[in-house]
Amino acid sequence: MSEHSLIDRFRGRFEGPNTIGNSRGFWVGFAVALAVAFAYPIFVSNYQAGNLALFLIYAILALSLSVVWGYSGVLSFGQVVFFGFAGYTFGIVTLNIQSTVGIMMAIPIAVGVATLVAFTLGYFMFYGKVTGVFVAIITLVSTIVLQTFMAQTAGSEWAIGKAQLGGFNGMPGIPNIALGVGETSVAFSGKLFYWLCLVLLVLSYFGLRALTNGRFGYAMVGVREDEDRVEMLGYDIRKVKLTVFTVGGAIAGLAGVLYAAWGNYIDPTVFSLTFATFPVIWVTVGGRESLLGAVLATVSLEWFRQQLAITGSEYALVVVGLLLLVVVLVLPDGIVPYVHEKAVSAYREYNDEVDRSVGSSTEEEIPE
Amino acid sequence: MVNGVNLFFQFLDSFGFIVLSAIGLAIIFGMMGVINLAHGELIMIGAYGTTLSFNAGAPLLLAMAVGVISAAAAGLVIERTIVKRLYQRPLDSMVATWALGLAMTQMVRIIFGNSLSGIGLPLGAIQYGQFSYSMYRTLLSVVALVVLLGAYVVFTRTEFGIRARATIQDDDTARAMGIDTDRMYTATFVIGCALAGLTGALYAPALAVVPGMGSSFLVEAFVAVVTGGTSVLLGTTLAAGVLGTANAFFTNLYGTFIGQVAMLIVAILILRFLPTGLSGVVETVRGQMERES
Repeated sequence: MSEHSLIDRFRGRFEGPNTIGNSRGFWVGFAVALAVAFAYPIFVSNYQAGNLALFLIYAILALSLSVVWGYSGVLSFGQVVFFGFAGYTFGIVTLNIQSTVGIMMAIPIAVGVATLVAFTLGYFMFYGKVTGVFVAIITLVSTIVLQTFMAQTAGSEWAIGKAQLGGFNGMPGIPNIALGVGETSVAFSGKLFYWLCLVLLVLSYFGLRALTNGRFGYAMVGVREDEDRVEMLGYDIRKVKLTVFTVGGAIAGLAGVLYAAWGNYIDPTVFSLTFATFPVIWVTVGGRESLLGAVLATVSLEWFRQQLAITGSEYALVVVGLLLLVVVLVLPDGIVPYVHEKAVSAYREYNDEVDRSVGSSTEEEIPE
Repeated sequence: MVNGVNLFFQFLDSFGFIVLSAIGLAIIFGMMGVINLAHGELIMIGAYGTTLSFNAGAPLLLAMAVGVISAAAAGLVIERTIVKRLYQRPLDSMVATWALGLAMTQMVRIIFGNSLSGIGLPLGAIQYGQFSYSMYRTLLSVVALVVLLGAYVVFTRTEFGIRARATIQDDDTARAMGIDTDRMYTATFVIGCALAGLTGALYAPALAVVPGMGSSFLVEAFVAVVTGGTSVLLGTTLAAGVLGTANAFFTNLYGTFIGQVAMLIVAILILRFLPTGLSGVVETVRGQMERES
């Protein structure tokens, strides 16, 4: 009995009206899906595992936008800025300190830089009373500016220590992520890297579920729904927005570190307009008020894009663009919340029917 | 050393570029509250319409008219099918027009390839002393002024402009007074798109005509709209003046890249310290003067 309530208390931290999937049925399905995801590399080659790892990295990036835009109502085209900053920083530090210690130091430094950039940009915007579409424009302009800036760093004078920024050609030779003490160290590549990304994705997901379902999460959603009212209740909405924006920047930064380590390479295309669009597409299609939706949409859309690219088709961007358009017009809440709602109502109907035919009430809890 | 005449031509060039980049976006935003993120793609359509018809043998001015009309037609379709449904959701209209822009760029790339053979820069150069500046690019700043003036006359001195502004101010009352507000929104959007097309048509001889060319106008357009403030025509003019000065001065001293950085720094300072934008400051000052007199 006590063990049961302990699980319930633990579960309670991750459940609430702000996330879908609060039923026992959901968690069982989640556990099965997770087990499949963990087992996947056992059955495929290193290459395929590495391929899927990239989608998991993108999913972490998508989560960062979901929390900033979907939950707090701040549309940011700039998640790739923090992503790219962290990736470049990871490259610069590891190319200068070429050891396991250097790599282990580079991870927090890179995430820290991304966080700091997000904090600074957010401070200027939110404390300068910039709101709504202007935030979107400023974040968009910052990606364009960074792309222009990084693209012209080809000359040898653009170097930080031993790391050449490389302009359009990018920065090659970034090492894999490695952890260890002294002589014993583990480098994460192939399947091992996939597992690392999966663990970090799951941790980010749970962390954000706890955040959105906690007290602060309610304040975030309140800011999204009605800023004036939340302010009347005594919250400093600038502070709420800045906090969320900074947290989002940190998560995007984590994804950026993984990205740079994944390809052992980073170049200015991470700041390009096309790449800046992708997080917006993933999150909108999946359902921006749903963390799970962001993850699922990212993995499936990226898989689809890659399949089209393999067949040599140039239509991937057209299809993805039109899909985004259709979702905004027809299903503004996104696909995953829509499917979830349909599934829940079908489940309820089925339960009602069982009730009527058996003539007794079931004690099964109804998922939200 | 700073050469005054050089600096002046540089300023005219920057000023014209900023005004022409921003004007279509600014009118749609100021009148409708919609940020049209397909703005760059409409400029691209204007440039493609111009270049394709020029290459097919049309004289340059006729080719430019084709460019403007194709962008206006595209704008009409976009408004009727997409933007119309999203008036109450400004962020969603951004995402939707953005999605459209992405698909349009890629479609153009698939149909016409990665570049078109360009139109040579017409009209030659102005010579002064040992320097020279492109006559055509200088002329563009005059066109920019004409466009600003034209927009001012249309929106303040004509029946249409008054109806359009009435719709913006209070669309319920405007409708009660017998104005077809839906048509006003459509017309405003199409005008904005036609102006974007004009920008594309005008810069088609001066820039490389490629599918992604729209994005090279976006920074100037957005920065001008954001720093200009709520009164769009005044705001765009002031923003182009201030930002153009910063850009021209630093470009002249240290090259185009530093020129752009200087422009952005000025924009950030304006945003941080003048939250109502440049036109907001002018209006506050004007209000104070009226109260004192």
